[in-house]
Amino acid sequence: MSGCTPTVQEVVQDTQEERISHQPCESFVVVPDTMMKITGGSYIPLYGKDSSLVSVTDFYLDVYPVTNDQYVQFLKIHPDWRRSSVKDIFADGQYLSDWVNDTTYNEMQNSASPVTTVSWFAARAYCTCLGKRLPTIDEWEYVAMADEKIADARTLDTYNQYILHQYEKPQSYLGTIGDTPKNFWGLHDLHGLVWEWTEDFNSVLISGESRKDGNNDPDLFCGSGSLGSSDLMNYAAFMRYAFRGSLKANYSIRNLGFRCAKDINTNEI
Amino acid sequence: MKTLHHYYTALICISISSLLLAGCKKSGPDHIDHTIIETKGTVQAKLTSPPEVPFPVGNRAAQKLLVDMEIIEKESEMANGVRYVFWTFGGSVPGSFIRTRVGDEVEFTLKNHPNNKLPHNIDLHAVTGPGGGATSSFVAPGHEIVFSFKVINPGLYVYHCATAPVGMHIGNGMYGLILVEPEGGLPEVDKEYYVMQGDFYTVGKNGDPGLQPFDMQKAVDEKADYVVFNGKVGALTEDRALTANVGETVRLFVGNGGPNLVSSFHVIGEIFDRVYVEGGSLINENVQTTLIPAGGAAIVEFKVEVPGTFILVDHSIFRAFNKGALGMLKIKGAESEHIYSGTQMEGIYQPEGGSIQAMPADPNAVPEPVAVSLDERIAAGKAIYSKTCIACHQPAGEGLANAFPPLAKSDYLNADPHRAILTVLKGLSGEVTVNGKKYNSVMPSQQLSPAEIANVLTYVYNSWGNNKKDVTADMVMNTMAHP
Repeated sequence: MSGCTPTVQEVVQDTQEERISHQPCESFVVVPDTMMKITGGSYIPLYGKDSSLVSVTDFYLDVYPVTNDQYVQFLKIHPDWRRSSVKDIFADGQYLSDWVNDTTYNEMQNSASPVTTVSWFAARAYCTCLGKRLPTIDEWEYVAMADEKIADARTLDTYNQYILHQYEKPQSYLGTIGDTPKNFWGLHDLHGLVWEWTEDFNSVLISGESRKDGNNDPDLFCGSGSLGSSDLMNYAAFMRYAFRGSLKANYSIRNLGFRCAKDINTNEI
Repeated sequence: MKTLHHYYTALICISISSLLLAGCKKSGPDHIDHTIIETKGTVQAKLTSPPEVPFPVGNRAAQKLLVDMEIIEKESEMANGVRYVFWTFGGSVPGSFIRTRVGDEVEFTLKNHPNNKLPHNIDLHAVTGPGGGATSSFVAPGHEIVFSFKVINPGLYVYHCATAPVGMHIGNGMYGLILVEPEGGLPEVDKEYYVMQGDFYTVGKNGDPGLQPFDMQKAVDEKADYVVFNGKVGALTEDRALTANVGETVRLFVGNGGPNLVSSFHVIGEIFDRVYVEGGSLINENVQTTLIPAGGAAIVEFKVEVPGTFILVDHSIFRAFNKGALGMLKIKGAESEHIYSGTQMEGIYQPEGGSIQAMPADPNAVPEPVAVSLDERIAAGKAIYSKTCIACHQPAGEGLANAFPPLAKSDYLNADPHRAILTVLKGLSGEVTVNGKKYNSVMPSQQLSPAEIANVLTYVYNSWGNNKKDVTADMVMNTMAHP
């Protein structure tokens, strides 16, 4: 935190969006650093630690994935996360490998493209700098169940087909944040732009042999049975869990970005 | 003597406890223990894209074989005017052909291209081990992974991706073949080719133009829009057809990636002299159609005795003529009329009269996107021609002698566009004279929209030396109103 310049910038605020960040790192926030307050609840994830009901308490989440521009600002005040100085154990050889130089992003993207080829360690450092954290899988999946109108759209075939199409689109990381529709929670780009890091991405163990994972886990079988909806629902989530299962914390991947979350301070409530 | 030996072996096996059965089985001449074959030297494996296969192993010793395979997710053509995002092993569907011999130790490097969005892995049916390698080969985009295995069972095997959701990874084209040749190699033949069937599920129906996304519900329901050989409609037709010469023996390595459908593989006009049933060691002879399960393969061999074009099909025949499961093998050489005479007599036989047949209209038909410029309309017309007209009128509008009149430089066509529109709309039966030759057959009424009729006729009029007439949808509707 000491590396972050403690100047606060005035940022235009959407009246419907709650503004909570007053952290020192705000100096590098160029686009409005808006977060949405997410009202907690419980749901059955496809595939969780115990495949039973998961509870999520209220929390804040970034409306958009972190952009190139924001990440460049971060690097300017945090040289230790530039690609020339980052330690191998925190970021593999692909870290910002498409960038022109230490502080100039990939020419094929724009300033409001999601920052990608960042490791979990780097994403975490960015969020920490802002007094935030990465969302948990449970939090991320909770808000990602929503479509534009309802909080849990997982049973709608159209919603699942839409997500599958998004996952198939090649090179979507070259896009711009905010181009996908705002969902029920007021969040953009959960599906259709990039995959996103979560704090506990590796807590759900997928061996890579998904058939085996399925057969050996009677809880999962019951869990997916109790969802009782279409197969499509499982497919979209399966792809996310499979992707997360393939990761290690120092991996830096072209189609993988992140956004930050934040706890709700008890004295704010 | 050999038979007698088997007989005694069988007797002994039956007469002693089941505990020893395995031991008896191993002692037979067909059950050499390939796990103990030693390897000599290390070689980089040469992989090939379909329909080519790498050189036979011949007499070489078992060796350490380095296999490098890159996974690439890419958009390419599924059919004329139809695009699709394929997930591939080595950039092709099916993936690169891997050729090994029994006893080889394969060191497999699987690379997931950085632009890919998904993690992948590989399950090779030739592998003895958990997941066929899948448990050891799960790899994120921008990373590579290495694992090794020894091939101990000769045969032709499928490999495929087994990452969740497995059906989608296979359904997008992630499969291929790995051949394990026996010691000394397969018997020598003149031509070898690699053919693999797959079924595809798109949001639009067969023929709908543009980039078509994968349709998971259709895949779950097993309602394929495309069933194709080598990843696209027409991958093995026209100038991409397989070739051989009269007198040669052809060997096809045929696989079926699925994900759902079982193939009734057949070559029209040929009989398979030998089929390595299911790609294993059992050889059947004189086979007309061989069943290839999803996730299975077969080796078929036949000597080609007469020239001509032989059609490879899935004999679940609507797949061949309506969904794309059709390829060609073109044989060049001298005719042998004692084997096949060609047509010796022809005439008209119409017991039910010459009434015009109509194809049933599709009540759920969706309007096509509107083609605006002349070029776009000609392109759209070409796609319709390729689907609807080409079978009779032929690729260059040349028609078929004595059966279907030509559309190229056709006086009949150029004389009267109104009549041409009416012919497509209503069909045509009875004698017509085209370019001085008489034709007497039946063309069915075509169920096309006015815009489609306009486009296909504009394509025909603007091709092959015709008079470049521009037929519009308004003209078609006018003809419909005043036939």
